[in-house]
Amino acid sequence: MRAAPAGPSGVRVLRVLRVYGRILVAGFRRQSAYLAAAFGGLVANTMFGLLKVAILFATVRAAGGELEGYDVALMSTYIWVSQGLLGSVNLFGRIDIADRIKDGDVAVDFLRPLDVQAAAITTEVGRSLFNLIPRGIPSVLIGGLVVGMALPDDPAAYLLGALSILLGITVSAATVYLVVAAPGFWLVETRGLQLLYMVVSGFLAGLFVPIWIFPHWLETLAQATPFPSMMMYPVDIVSGRVDTSGALVLVAAQVAWLVGVAALGQVLTRAGRRHLEVQGG
Amino acid sequence: MADTVPPTGLRDRLRPYRAVLASRARSQTSYRASFTLDLASSLLIGVVELAEIWVLFHSVTEIGGLDFAQVLLVFGLADLCFSLADMSFGHCDNLPTYLRAGTLDVFYLRPQPLLLQLVTSDISLRRLSRALVGATALTVGLVVNDIAWSPAHVLMVIVAVISGYATFAGMFVWAGGAQFFLIEGAETTNAFVYGGRYAATQPASVWNRPLWAVFGFFFPMAFTGFLPALWLLGIEPPYGLPDGVGWCAPIAAAWTWAWALLSWRLGVRHYQGGGG
Amino acid sequence: MTDQTNDRTASVPIIETTGLTREFRVRDGLHRRTVVAVDDLTVRIEPGEAVGYIGANGAGKSTTIKMLTGILVPSRGSVTTCGLRPVQDRRRLARQVGVVFGQRSQLWWDLPVRESFRILAAIHDLSAAAEHERTDELVERLEMADFLGQPVRQLSLGQRMRAEVAAALLHSPRLVVLDEPTIGLDVLAKQRLREFLVAERRTHGTTLLLTTHDMGDVERLCDRILVIDRGRLAYDGDLPGLSRTVGAERVLVVDLAAPTPDLTGIAATRHLASEGGGLRQRLAFDAEATTAAKVLAAVSDHAEVLDLTVEEPDIEDVVRRIYASRRP
Repeated sequence: MRAAPAGPSGVRVLRVLRVYGRILVAGFRRQSAYLAAAFGGLVANTMFGLLKVAILFATVRAAGGELEGYDVALMSTYIWVSQGLLGSVNLFGRIDIADRIKDGDVAVDFLRPLDVQAAAITTEVGRSLFNLIPRGIPSVLIGGLVVGMALPDDPAAYLLGALSILLGITVSAATVYLVVAAPGFWLVETRGLQLLYMVVSGFLAGLFVPIWIFPHWLETLAQATPFPSMMMYPVDIVSGRVDTSGALVLVAAQVAWLVGVAALGQVLTRAGRRHLEVQGG
Repeated sequence: MADTVPPTGLRDRLRPYRAVLASRARSQTSYRASFTLDLASSLLIGVVELAEIWVLFHSVTEIGGLDFAQVLLVFGLADLCFSLADMSFGHCDNLPTYLRAGTLDVFYLRPQPLLLQLVTSDISLRRLSRALVGATALTVGLVVNDIAWSPAHVLMVIVAVISGYATFAGMFVWAGGAQFFLIEGAETTNAFVYGGRYAATQPASVWNRPLWAVFGFFFPMAFTGFLPALWLLGIEPPYGLPDGVGWCAPIAAAWTWAWALLSWRLGVRHYQGGGG
Repeated sequence: MTDQTNDRTASVPIIETTGLTREFRVRDGLHRRTVVAVDDLTVRIEPGEAVGYIGANGAGKSTTIKMLTGILVPSRGSVTTCGLRPVQDRRRLARQVGVVFGQRSQLWWDLPVRESFRILAAIHDLSAAAEHERTDELVERLEMADFLGQPVRQLSLGQRMRAEVAAALLHSPRLVVLDEPTIGLDVLAKQRLREFLVAERRTHGTTLLLTTHDMGDVERLCDRILVIDRGRLAYDGDLPGLSRTVGAERVLVVDLAAPTPDLTGIAATRHLASEGGGLRQRLAFDAEATTAAKVLAAVSDHAEVLDLTVEEPDIEDVVRRIYASRRP
C-alpha cells in the first residue's frame, strides 16, 4: 500500500478503514482455498449436531418439556446455530500470528505502517466470515430441514443477531490473540496455552450445553469470562431467547469484553515490541 | 506387505517397535516441567468432558432411562477405552502431515509392515492423565451402582474394556486409511472418530434409528460403553435388542478392524498407485 | 542407448528395468489428462557400479527411485532391484537397500544422533556386535564423534546430511540410492561426503545410484551416467562420452607475458574472450579435433605463455544441450 501524505482527519480515517477493509477481504479470500476442509467441517458439524439433538432433546423431555426456558424447538435453534458458528468463532486457539510472534518474525511486521494486533485480528475475522458460507449457513439449513427449529418473529432479532455474531467472532479472535499469541513474546512454547484455551473456551462459551443450564455458580463463573460473548450471546439473540432489550444488554456486554480484551492485547503487544527491541529480535 | 519377517523369535521381532516406543517415551518425559503441564491439560480435557455430561444431570435426574451414576459407568468404560486408544493410535491422525513430510516414504524403506510402523511410531504418554479420568469414572460407576456381581460380571468389564479399546483403535486406523484419499479433509473423519467418542459416552437410548445405524452399528460406538453397561446394570437394551447384546462387543471390535484394514489397504494401494 | 554387448550377463544385476513406465492422471481444470513421468525405461545396473542419474526437475528421477524401492507401482514394464520385485518383496528389499533423501529425514528430530542409530539398528535387526562395529566405522569415517550426542534438530545442514547418510548405510546395504545428497552443502562438506562415498564403495563394493543437480557429484563419484529427459532415457554411458555426444568444447585459458591481440587465427579453435588488454585469453577447442598440447604449441608461436589452465566442459551445459537437441 502506497503511503499517502497525511490529510485531514476524515480522510485519514477513510484510509485506515480502506487498509483494514482490504486485509479483511484478503483473509476472506484466503480461506476460500480450503473448501475441502470446510466441507469436512460441515460433515463434522452435522454429526455432532445430531448427537447434541439426541442428548439435549432427551434432557429437555426428561425435565418435562421445558428446561430453563428451553423447549425442544428453541434447543434445536441453539444447537444448529452454535454448530454453524463453530467454523467461525475461534474456539481452537489457533491463530497465524502466534508462530510469527514466537519465532520473532513479527519484528518485520512491526516495520509496516499497520497495527500488528489489529491486522492479525482483522485477518482472522475475514477468514471466519468466509466460513459462514460453507459451514455456518448450511449447518443451520440442515438443522432446520432435518430437525426443525424455532425462529424469532422480530426482525430486530436478526439485525442485532448479525451484529452480535460479528462481535462474537471478533471477541474470539481478540481473545486468542491475547492469551495464545501475545504471550509468545516472552514464552518459548505456547502450545500448552493453546490447548488450555481450547479446553476451557468450548465449555464456557456454551458449545456443548447452554450456560443457562449450568449450576448457578458455574454460570456466574462463565459470565466472568469473555467466552459466552463469543457464542452463547449471539445464539441467544439469533434464536430469540432474549427480547430486544435483553439483546441490547448482551451486545453491550460483548462490546465491553471486546474493548477490554483488545486493550489488554494492545498493551501486551507494545510491551512485547519493546521486549523484542531490547533483545534485538 | 505379503512378505514375512525372517524366522526369528517373538522377542527379536518386537525389538524394532520396542526401540522406537521406548525412545519416544523417554523423549516425552525428559522435560519434567513441560510433561507435567501436558499431563495437567490432558487431565483437564477429561474433566471438562465429564463435566459436559454432569451439568445436564444438574437439572434432571434421568436421561434416556439412566441416572447419573449409571451414565458414569457408560462414560467411564467408553472414555477409558478412547483415551487409551488415543494414546497409542491417536497419531494415525497425523498421516496427512506424514505424507507431506515424506515420513511414510521412509517407512517404506524399513523391513517392517507399514501399518505396524505407523502405529508404533509414537505414543502420547500425556494422555495417561485423561485415561485416569475415565478409569476413575469407571471405578466409581462400578462401586456406586447396584450390580449383581458374579464372575460373568467381572469378565464383562474385562471384555468391554479390551473390545472398546480395540474398537476405538480400529476407528483411528480406519480414519488413517481414509486420509490417503482426503488429505485436506481430515475433519470429515474427525466427525466419526471424535464424534464417535462423544456418542460413545452418551446414554445411547436417546438416539433415533438413523443415529443407531451410524453410531450403534456401522461405527459400533454403543458397544464400547453403553451396551456392556446395560448388561452389568441389568437394564433391558432399547429397540428390542436382546439382553445379552453387550457381549457382542468383541464382534463389534472385529467388525471395526475389518473396515479399518480394508480402508488402510485401499489407502496404501491408492498411494502406491500414485494418487498421493 | 548403450550397447549391452560386453559380457555382463554372468552376474545378477542390482537393478534391471524393462520398458518401465509410470503414468499419472492429473486434473487439469475440468479435464483429466495423463502425464508420463517415466517412459519405457530399460536399464541394467551391475553390482559395484556408481551411476549418476541426472535430469531436469520433473524429468522423472524421483518417480524412478520410488518404483525401484517399492513406494510406487509401475504402470507398465518390469523392475527388479537386488533380484527382488520392489512392491511385492518390499520388506526383504528394505534389508538390502539404503536410501538418502536430501529433503526428508530418516532420523528422529528430537533425539540425539546416537539414539537414532540405535533405533535403526533395532529396525534392521543388527546384532549387538554388528551394530557397534558398523556404527564405529561410520562415526569415524564421517567424522561424527563431535555431534553424536546432540539432538538432530540442533545439527548444521552438513552434520545432518552426514548423519542421514550414516543412517541409510547402517545396515550395510548392497545398493545405496542418494537423492540430491549434497544439496545445500558448502564446498568442504560436499568434498568430505564424496570422499566417504568413494571409500565406502571401494571397501564394501556398494552399488551407488545418485540423482543430483551438482555435476561435481557426477564427475567425482560416477563412472556411468544416465540422463533422463521428460521421462525418457536420453543418454547412457560415461562422462567423456557424454561430452563427445553433444560436441562440448574444452577451453584453454592462457596467461601471456605481454598484451597480445586477440588470438583468432589458431587452427581448430575459437577465440572466446580476452582480458587485461590481451594478457589473458580464452580459446575453445573440440577435443575430438585437436589436443590441448597442439593448441598450446600454436599459441606459443604468437606469444610467450606464462601460465595455463584447461577447463573441462561444464556438465550442466552438456545436459542442457542434450535437452535442446531433443526438443522438437
